[in-house]
Amino acid sequence: MSARPPLIVVEDLQRAFGDRTALSGVSLSVAAGSICGLIGPDGAGKTTLMRVLCGLLRPDAGRARVLDADCARESARIKAELGYMPQRFSLYGDLSVAENLRFFADLFGVPAAERDRREARLMEFSRLGPFRYRRAGHLSGGMKQKLALCCTLIHTPRVLLLDEPTTGVDPVSRQEFWAILGELREEGLALLVSTPYMDEADRCDMVILLHAGRVIARGTPQAVAAGFPRDLREIVGSPEALTRATSVLRDRGPAGLAVHRFGDRLHVAYDATRDSEAVASLLAPLGVQAVPVAPGIEDVFVELMGREQAVAR
Amino acid sequence: MSIVALPTGGPAVLARGLTKRFGKFTAVDAIDLEVPRGEIFGFLGANGAGKTTAIRMLCGLLKPSAGEACVAGYRVGPESERLKRHIGYMSQRFSLYDDLTVRENVAFFGGVYGLSPRRVDERAAALLPRLDLARDQGRLAGSLPLGYKQRLALGCAMLHKPRVLFLDEPTGGVDPLARRRFWDLIYEQSAAGVTVFVTTHYMDEAEYCGRVSIMAQGRIVALDTPAGLKRGTSRRSMQDVFLAVVGS
Repeated sequence: MSARPPLIVVEDLQRAFGDRTALSGVSLSVAAGSICGLIGPDGAGKTTLMRVLCGLLRPDAGRARVLDADCARESARIKAELGYMPQRFSLYGDLSVAENLRFFADLFGVPAAERDRREARLMEFSRLGPFRYRRAGHLSGGMKQKLALCCTLIHTPRVLLLDEPTTGVDPVSRQEFWAILGELREEGLALLVSTPYMDEADRCDMVILLHAGRVIARGTPQAVAAGFPRDLREIVGSPEALTRATSVLRDRGPAGLAVHRFGDRLHVAYDATRDSEAVASLLAPLGVQAVPVAPGIEDVFVELMGREQAVAR
Repeated sequence: MSIVALPTGGPAVLARGLTKRFGKFTAVDAIDLEVPRGEIFGFLGANGAGKTTAIRMLCGLLKPSAGEACVAGYRVGPESERLKRHIGYMSQRFSLYDDLTVRENVAFFGGVYGLSPRRVDERAAALLPRLDLARDQGRLAGSLPLGYKQRLALGCAMLHKPRVLFLDEPTGGVDPLARRRFWDLIYEQSAAGVTVFVTTHYMDEAEYCGRVSIMAQGRIVALDTPAGLKRGTSRRSMQDVFLAVVGS
């Protein structure tokens, strides 16, 4: 195994806002040349974690280091090597694509000659070249996000923090955006990306599920999916049969059974050794049956989150 | 061809040659649609493909440049005002009042839809528990997590028991569990006979729809069930179908 150096290292991080815990015992490490996906609901602590990493927030306890420098005490040292794209990245709508890039280059003190070289490269890399003179306010959602990424990359950082960079972006633009992230990974950057899209989670080297400030699952996407804690079964049928199966299982199914609908399928999670017979006898009159299916990351997320919320309530 | 006003038993949404031009730019280019009652219809497309413009015409908010449409039995244009009373609309930027409580938002939207205070009380009592918002009634809408705000916005759009619900990217940015809860509500509405017309960028949600259309540059370039689209393009997921139809 090639030991690539970890560029982001977080150990037992704690942070509260008043009596609300934002981060509790979070540890993670992101190596050069890899993408770590951060998945969690609204308020899970994803943005707080990123803000601690860029030195905008001090942790209450624990350590956060980027490129071997402490994020809280040595943030000035980190800034030149770190790119942070917040959820609402402030592009200047009245400035052109090229002017926005120049603005961020000046902000980071990129020398003029160097700036032109990087600008040319980023324009080619993002395929925004033909839109160089278009006002940022007139770009499509996907192009705006690509421009924001270019602005984040203008000072050639080695560590990138991207907070939901593709939310609200259509699938074609998301695919292009992730192709760019793949190239950055090849160049050896360490990327921490939060996303609500589970297909994007599958493109990461490592995934972390965050809930209420705690890590509830971590690993490669395959390992996280394989960690589904119960048995997952799928039921296929007509919309009417599925509607009936849903209510029968929810009303009369074994305790703890979870049922979720996906168009022409139901996903049902339960303990198969204990409950298979009960489920089969409920489904038989409806003319449908539950067959084993491989869980995805989304199934794991929903299962674990459902448990956490059941405990919280 | 002319569409006569349809009885309620007819299709919930019908469009023939529906077109919208802004100056020289054609945002929606002669689209045809027929959505039966109770269907969950996925209205997909890239950013800027014309989806929101089409929805705004179908809701009677924007006048078509050409073509005709009929929604919930009313003609877009001549009967737009009556049409609006029978549809619900929830957009990607929900129009909730952050400084009002959950219950005050409900009362406000009830008033907008012309419901009596007693009727608002009845609907609130029926809807809020189903939306899992019953104990948040006194909370400011602005302080709710995004998933709850979305459910509240949906509830506000359903107060007047609309026959057709237009949802424009209702689940943008929420986590999978909140999205599933939202979709459970959509299935309930569909089972009760409400037609749901929904746009989304989540291709797994496209799989949840009865039928799906894909728009590109103002035109509908594909329309079928998710299974039919996958078969027709020899792709295994709606994500791949979308990329095959819209990409390149």
